[in-house]
Amino acid sequence: MTKPVLEVKGLHKSFGALQATKNVSLDLKPNEIHALIGPNGAGKSTLIGQIAGWITPDSGSIYLDGEDVTSETVASRSRKGLGRSFQVSSLAMEVSARRNVMLSVQASQGSSFRFWKQTKSDEELRETARNWLRKVGLSGREDIAVSELSHGERRQVEVACALALAPKALLLDEPMAGLGPTGSIQLTEFLEEIRPEIPILLIEHDMDAVFRLADRITVLVGGAAILSGSVDEIRASALVREAYLGEEA
Amino acid sequence: MQRTDTAPKPVSMPKLSRETIVNIAVMAILLALPLWASSIGEDYYVNLASLITIFAIAGVGLNFAIGQGGMVSFGHAAFFGIGGYTTGIAAFHSFEETLFVAMPFAISGTNQMLIIWIVAMVICGIAALAIGAISLRTEGVYFIMITLAFAQMIYYFAISWPTYGGEDGLSIYLRNQLPMVDAESALTFFLVCFILLLGAIFVSARLSGSRFGAALGTARMNETRLATSGIDPFPIKLTGFVISAMITGLAGALFAELNGFVGPSMLSWHRSGEIMVFVILGGVGRLYGPVIGAALFVLLETYIGEWTQHWQLLLGLALLGVVLFARGGVMGMIAGRARHD
Ligand SMILES: Nc1ncnc2c1ncn2[C@@H]1O[C@H](COP(=O)(O)OP(=O)(O)OP(=O)(O)O)[C@@H](O)[C@H]1O
Ligand SMILES: [Mg+2]
Repeated sequence: MTKPVLEVKGLHKSFGALQATKNVSLDLKPNEIHALIGPNGAGKSTLIGQIAGWITPDSGSIYLDGEDVTSETVASRSRKGLGRSFQVSSLAMEVSARRNVMLSVQASQGSSFRFWKQTKSDEELRETARNWLRKVGLSGREDIAVSELSHGERRQVEVACALALAPKALLLDEPMAGLGPTGSIQLTEFLEEIRPEIPILLIEHDMDAVFRLADRITVLVGGAAILSGSVDEIRASALVREAYLGEEA
Repeated sequence: MQRTDTAPKPVSMPKLSRETIVNIAVMAILLALPLWASSIGEDYYVNLASLITIFAIAGVGLNFAIGQGGMVSFGHAAFFGIGGYTTGIAAFHSFEETLFVAMPFAISGTNQMLIIWIVAMVICGIAALAIGAISLRTEGVYFIMITLAFAQMIYYFAISWPTYGGEDGLSIYLRNQLPMVDAESALTFFLVCFILLLGAIFVSARLSGSRFGAALGTARMNETRLATSGIDPFPIKLTGFVISAMITGLAGALFAELNGFVGPSMLSWHRSGEIMVFVILGGVGRLYGPVIGAALFVLLETYIGEWTQHWQLLLGLALLGVVLFARGGVMGMIAGRARHD
């Protein structure tokens, strides 16, 4: 059996009386897209937050490439290969898309404690950032301020930022939201394309995309992973229909 | 056809932005007035220009913390004062021919400005490292308050230290010296301050444009993004805070030379507020903003203050106007919004 890239074991998290994560264990193997689905408020973003390091779990552990990263900072996890996009994108809005990606490129090259050379004339840095933006389909848009990009484009910038760090795994929180039908199809194709290199833990409400992309699906309800299986198993499960898919399934 | 980046760029004169023109004009006026005043023997105005220049340096320091790093420090008087006291104490021991520290090794006073500046900046840097290491664990209003609290602590410490004058402060009887030039001359001293202001602005600009500056700017704009890009915000911000404090500390050292005196008022929270006024009035994050801010402040204080005690009311109104109607300060009003790439 192949070794998982990312492994979550027995994660618990409560916000006061609310148990947002109840004993969740899951993993992500090489070459796979593992989808995480569940109704609003199920605790999907909270789970991603704990994996990325924003939220400290009450108990449980997180392993990246076999290494326990549970007590590492967000930045350190990013450097070690956890890339992510946010449900509501989080970028430096006042500056260009390219500037945002350049920051990731400079982080991937090591030190940000370089004080003299000007990034404006650092052609290698600028060109590398541009290539990542081209890869996610933002050619020609690199010098526009992020605040003037559409929601979908901002998501693409975030993905470019994540890719620039040469991640071992990607955590994508509802990347299709706000993309529109063509955007969704393009992103679906793009995720297909990078799957062989970078496995993805994908939170998504767009079921067409999930069923098309996912190798495995885990269903989260009320903080607990109630079911995990292949696309066909999940489709067939009465439990899921009841808890999540409702009548439409 | 696609434009390739390998194509030679057409050679042309770079078009000066409006802000650049304003910057050049401001610096030209700041340089020309004391030259003229000195030529007609009015050293009073030369010293006024030195004061503006020194305040501007203090503002450039704080502007680096606020405008680049988003760290709104209300305690920069601490560094201004530490710079000043370093000068005063070094001169005091040099004048009295006593030792500052006798054990375990001897440190004597000095009357060499170059040495004093370096020592002042190093001490400010160390102080900022300690203050920043604690303060930067908080954010927003808490950060403002905790930096204020640290500055107040140092203020009371200075008041209760009788060796160096306590509440009365410390006189510097002879201005310290510079190699080759006569720092006693008002014009020479102004020119030294002016060059240091240019240096401070240059360093601030270079740092802002570097990789470090990109990280620090992102700490201001969106710390979540910085961390997600794999860069820990804390060491970046701490370094920015230290650099900012060192620049303001240099201004404090010059201020002590100009006045021939250091006192606890250099450390008071009023002073912190004034330095912040230079930055806000001129335009937060604008490289030359503090020069405009300091000039307006000093001119208001000197000319309106002479005419009415209530000049601060006018200053308050000017600030209110700037904050409410021109978010980019005076620079924003003249030169428009700041440009990013
Ligand atoms: N910081 C917090 N403090 C208190 N409660 C929180 C906090 N963050 C999340 N919650 C609660 O935890 C639950 C899970 O939220 P979460 O955002 O993880 O859900 P989700 O599955 O991502 O939902 P959605 O599909 O709407 O994005 C919700 O009830 C939410 O209100
Ligand atoms: Mg969510």
